[in-house]
Amino acid sequence: MSAIVVALLGFVVFFLGYRYYAKFIAEKIYKLDPNYVTPAHQYNDGVDFVPTNKFVLWGHHFTSVAGAAPILGPAIALYWGWLPAFLWVILGTVFAAGVHDFGTLVLSVRHKGQSVGTIADRLIGRSGKLLFLFIILILVLMVNAVFAWVIANLFISFPSSVFPVLLQIPLAIMIGYMVYKRKTKMLVPSLVVLAIMYIAAIASAQFEFLQIDLVKYMGGEEGDGLFGLGAVSTAFFIWIVFLMIYSYFASTLPVWKLLQPRDFINSHQLVVGLTILYLGLFFTNPELTAPVVNENPDRSWLPLLFITVACGAISGFHGLVSSGTSAKQLDKETDARFVGYFGAVGEGLLALISILTVATFFANTDAFFSTYASYNDANASGLNTFVEGASVLAGGIGIPSTVAVTIVSIIVVSFAATTLDTSVRLMRYIISELGTEYKIPTLSKTHVATSIAVLSSAALVLLPEGPRGFGSGGYLIWPLFGTSNQLLAGISLMLISIWLKRLGRNYAFTLIPMIFLIFMTMYAMFEQVFFQWAAWGTNTNMLLFVLGAIIFVFALWIAMTAFRMLTKKYDDPIDQNKAM
Amino acid sequence: MIDKLKKLIAFYEEVLSLPHRTEIARELREEEDVFLLLLFSEMVGIPNPTYYYTLELYPYMIEKFHDWHLRMGMEKSPLSGIRCC
Repeated sequence: MSAIVVALLGFVVFFLGYRYYAKFIAEKIYKLDPNYVTPAHQYNDGVDFVPTNKFVLWGHHFTSVAGAAPILGPAIALYWGWLPAFLWVILGTVFAAGVHDFGTLVLSVRHKGQSVGTIADRLIGRSGKLLFLFIILILVLMVNAVFAWVIANLFISFPSSVFPVLLQIPLAIMIGYMVYKRKTKMLVPSLVVLAIMYIAAIASAQFEFLQIDLVKYMGGEEGDGLFGLGAVSTAFFIWIVFLMIYSYFASTLPVWKLLQPRDFINSHQLVVGLTILYLGLFFTNPELTAPVVNENPDRSWLPLLFITVACGAISGFHGLVSSGTSAKQLDKETDARFVGYFGAVGEGLLALISILTVATFFANTDAFFSTYASYNDANASGLNTFVEGASVLAGGIGIPSTVAVTIVSIIVVSFAATTLDTSVRLMRYIISELGTEYKIPTLSKTHVATSIAVLSSAALVLLPEGPRGFGSGGYLIWPLFGTSNQLLAGISLMLISIWLKRLGRNYAFTLIPMIFLIFMTMYAMFEQVFFQWAAWGTNTNMLLFVLGAIIFVFALWIAMTAFRMLTKKYDDPIDQNKAM
Repeated sequence: MIDKLKKLIAFYEEVLSLPHRTEIARELREEEDVFLLLLFSEMVGIPNPTYYYTLELYPYMIEKFHDWHLRMGMEKSPLSGIRCC
C-alpha cells in the first residue's frame, strides 16, 4: 500500500476532527465566549501574561510540545504493525489528545491562568498537588536518564553528528549575547547558525577526521577502554558524563545565555525535519513494507500500544505546557480551539510521519521482522531505524544518504537535548518546590537542587546495569514512563470533567477518554507490576515493582477520587465566569 | 507576493522570539525589582544612607511601585510610606 494514501487519510481525519469535532466541543461543551476577558488581558504584566496572536501562540505551543517522544513511541509501536499504531495516533489525537490539550487550556483560562497542578491542589486538595509533583519528578528523572543514553547512543552510532552538535553550543552562546546585549533580531543569526551546522554535517559526513568517534579512537568495538570497561562502554561513560556536566550548566545559566538561543536554532529544525520528511514521502511515493498487523507478537498490543505511543497520541506533559504558559497568553478564549486542538494535531502529524518513515524503510516484510523480531528488539532499534528511514526519504529530494543520516541524527539529538535541558531545569524546580513544601530551605538553593537533579540522573544512568548494557540504567525504569505520562493526562481529563460537571455541562466527551486512559494505564501497570516485576513474576525487578506499585496505588486513588467527585450531586452549578 | 512573504517571515520571527521576549522581560523585571528595593529599602527597615537622595525619585517610581504590588497579589500598597492607590 502506498504511504501517500495513508498520509492523506491521516490528514483527512485530522482535518475533519479539527473542522467538526473540535468546533462541536468548542461551541457545545467548553462554550467558548469571545467576550470573556482572558487572564492575558486581566493580568497583563508584559512578561507572563501577554495577549498573543493565535498563530504565533500556536507556533510556540507546538514547538514546546513537539520533541523526540512523538518520534520514539510510534517507531517502537510499529512492532504490532502499522495499522494499530496509525489508528491510535489518528483517533487518539482527534478524540483524546485534542480534547485534553484544548481542555486544559480552557480550564486554565477559566482559573486565572493557573497550572493544572495548582488547580488539582484546589479541586482534590494538597495531596493532589504532591501527587502531581511526585509523578512529574519520576517522569523527569526518567527523561534525564534515558535521553542522556539516547544522545550518547546516537553520538556513538552516528559519529558524524557530534561535531555539528558540539559546534552549536558556542554559536548559541554567541547568538544569545548578540540578541540580549546588542538587541539584534534573532531570525537571521539563528538561520546562519543552522546553515553552519548543516555545512558542518555535510563536511563531517564526507571527511572522516571530523567525525568524533570515541569507539574508533579506542581501537574499535573490541578495543580496551578506561577502568576495565570495553571501548563502547567507555564511550558511553564519557558522553554521559559530558552530557551531565553540560546539563548542569544549561540549567543553571540564565536562560538567554544558552537555552533560549539553542531552542530557537532547534525550532527551525522541526520545520526543516517535517518539510524534508513529508516532501520526501510525496516525491518518492514509497510502499509500506511493514506488516499491516503483526499476527504473532510476543507481547500483546492491549494495553501496551496505548502506553508505548505516549506523546504521539496523548500526553500529560502537553497539559503542563497548555496550562503553564499558553493559557497565560491566550488573546481570546475562542483561540483556544486553534492553539490547543490544532497543537495536538501538529504533534499527531509528527507521530504520523514517524510511523510512515519506519514502515516504508524496510525492503520487505521479512526484513522488517528481522529487525523487529521481538518487542524488546523494537524498543532497542526503533530510533536508529527512524534515523535511517528518514535518510531514505530525504534521499527522495536529492539529499545524499550519508549527509541525510547525519542531518536527521542532528535533528533527533537536538530534540532530545532540548528535552534534556528542559527536564533537568524542571527537576531543579520540583526539588526546590518540595524543599519549600517540606520546609527544607537548603533544597531550594539553585546549585543544591541542580546538583541533586544531575547527580541522581547520572547515578541512575551509570550505576545499575541497564537492559542495553552499560549507561542504559535509565531504561530500568523507562517502562514506567508511558504509564506515568498517561496517568498525568488522565488526571487532567478528570479535572476537566469535574469542572464541566460542576458547570452542569455534558462531560462525556472528556470522561470517555479519561476512563479509557486510566483503564489502560491501570491495566498495563497491573499486568507489569504483579505478573512481571513482582518476586513471583516472569521478569522479577524489585526497583520497578516498588515504583510501579506506588504509581499503581496513585492511579487507583485517582480513579476512586474521580468516581467520588463525578458521582457526587452538586445542587448548585457553579457560575462559569467565577473561578473555582 | 513579496508583501506576503515578508508577513510570513515576520510571523515566523515572532513565533521564534515569543519565549525569548518573555524571558528577557522577566530578567529585566527582576533587575527593576532589585533597583526598587535599593531605592526604598528604608521603608522596609533596611538602613540606607542615601535614602535622602533616593527619595527624590519617589514621584517617578510611584507608578512602577503600584504595578509591583499588584503583581505581588496585593490590592493596596503594603507600605504606609507610599500611598499610591
